[in-house]
Amino acid sequence: MAKLSTPAELLKIDYNPPQSENWMDQPVELKPGNFCWGAKGKNLATVEFPNARDWSPVEENWKLPKDWEGTVLEAMADRLSKYRSFKVFMDICVRCGACADKCHFFIGGGDPKNMPVLRAELLRSVYRKYFTSSGKYLGKLAGARELNLSVLKEWWYYFYQCTECRRCSVFCPYGIDTAEITMMAREFTNLLGLNTDWISGPVANCYMKGNHLGLEPHAIMNSIEGMIDDIETITGIRINPSFNRKGAEILFVTPSGDLFADPGTFTCMGYMMLFHELGLDYTWSTYASEGGNFGFFTSNEMAKRLNSKIYAEAKRLGVKYIIGGECGHMWRVLNQYMDTWNGPTDFMEVPKSPITGTVFDNAASTKMIHVTEFTADLIKNNKLKLDPSRNDDLVVTYHDSCNTARGMGLLEEPRYIINNVCNKFHEMPDNTIRERTFCCGSGTGLNASENMEIRMRGGYPRANAVKHVKEQHGVNTLANICAIDRATLSASMDYWVPGTRVTGVHELVANALIMTGEKERETDLRGEPLPGKGGNE
Amino acid sequence: MATMEFQGKSVEVDDDGYLLNLDDWTKEMADHLASLDGVTLTPAHWEVINFLRDYYKQYQIAPMIKILVKEIGKAMGPEKGNTKYLYELYPGGPAKQACKYAGLPKPTGCV
Repeated sequence: MAKLSTPAELLKIDYNPPQSENWMDQPVELKPGNFCWGAKGKNLATVEFPNARDWSPVEENWKLPKDWEGTVLEAMADRLSKYRSFKVFMDICVRCGACADKCHFFIGGGDPKNMPVLRAELLRSVYRKYFTSSGKYLGKLAGARELNLSVLKEWWYYFYQCTECRRCSVFCPYGIDTAEITMMAREFTNLLGLNTDWISGPVANCYMKGNHLGLEPHAIMNSIEGMIDDIETITGIRINPSFNRKGAEILFVTPSGDLFADPGTFTCMGYMMLFHELGLDYTWSTYASEGGNFGFFTSNEMAKRLNSKIYAEAKRLGVKYIIGGECGHMWRVLNQYMDTWNGPTDFMEVPKSPITGTVFDNAASTKMIHVTEFTADLIKNNKLKLDPSRNDDLVVTYHDSCNTARGMGLLEEPRYIINNVCNKFHEMPDNTIRERTFCCGSGTGLNASENMEIRMRGGYPRANAVKHVKEQHGVNTLANICAIDRATLSASMDYWVPGTRVTGVHELVANALIMTGEKERETDLRGEPLPGKGGNE
Repeated sequence: MATMEFQGKSVEVDDDGYLLNLDDWTKEMADHLASLDGVTLTPAHWEVINFLRDYYKQYQIAPMIKILVKEIGKAMGPEKGNTKYLYELYPGGPAKQACKYAGLPKPTGCV
């Protein structure tokens, strides 16, 4: 594994692109620490991905299938005819450069091929060569080039350095969705078996066992029982969630990271404490045990297959609707694809809060609401007893997850909740939040360990904004609503802004929530003394 | 995929040096993997490795640190059931380093 440089070393960035030669003439250099390991053949075979075999990006021979060029060009023709958006995005870019300095990887790394415009150009140049007259006849003059092994390796390197966060799209005067370009490029690489281990492992696990981590039912229950013990220690209350229960009103689905990795587990304890206090009629599923969807980082078809189990399980259990947990890309999938992939869901009802009577018309079609919508509505209707002073040692800021912010416009609910459960909240600068939020730097399955350099580079703009509010207001806590965020921001904060706590919003909720019959709490959900209880105040 | 030579046999490992097949693991293999990092395994190290292997057999996944801490505490007493103790034993992280010697795969996903 490549050794990670110090933050000071990493920040020696040269933003000047080389002037000497055409970018097309510079073959890609796979720099250690900037790419993920190749997929294992057994994981590709599990989901019947093409060209299943072990492969390594550092080896010269990528063990490509015969006539791989033909496979890619045929797939490109197919997607161009199927997706009007893809065709438009290939054609209309005028290379104005508005997106160039908006990408977290370019800001943190300075590699010109990480300017979204040039990254997309890696694919566009091939499109022009084979699908436009000017490209066919004028070649390089018209910005066109042939597809060859060197180009393929360049695609692989840079399209697995894009997190599909879509920040660049916000600034594009044409509204080109660069994430969709990356998605297409990744589809093509998948047809050749060029997946990464960190993505294909979770995909295979999810397909076989229902979640990315490969947790089997008894492992899920064991993990949740451990959380229940901790909740009892902290509050004196023993809660008793149900699993796979037919006839429950609500199915609850969250990313499996919440079930099995700190600090997600504290968020998970938060959901369960809240639902217990409400007496909510809900069930966990050990089958639909994954909200996230790493299939989304491979191909449209794979994402659809992994997603299908959520509605299938809702139907089997006979629930009225679904509440989804704090996850990022899960919500882009739910909000923009799930309904047409695997709907219609006429066996369920439009979500209605049993506590407040609020009907969530925004989810009339998907029948699935975000847990922060549910909780914000409870607070708005004054249904929760809260003591925000229990969070007084936390000076909080909020990181908008790319997918919930830009993918579904969920901007106000998390803030409304945080402001009701915490007394100390400060926003990061305007151009780094809401629609313009900076990516954590490790989304779309880039949260492995062997690519730590590019992760820290990509995480730099977000971390820099956290550092700013830390210096201005003493911020020590970074709240978010995404499991990948909880895992990856923990790493980037340790690197760039040490001492920053990364937390889900429902951990903060449960800290403040006054539960019926609870004992006087001494600690927060992490077992650390509450303000005024440490004996050293 | 990389391979590692050990006792005249070639075993498959991933790019980070983790064994690919659980069945290739032996006690001598654990000692060997540790020695590559300059570590000599003591009985205290073995307590953790044995626990990890038992847990994996039951749950098909390595335990998260919180469970490891709790279970080690239950089985071996509170003086060992804490994060500090485990990190002193395995400075590379109990999950990463101890799992490697125990021959278990790394967990993947949103973690």
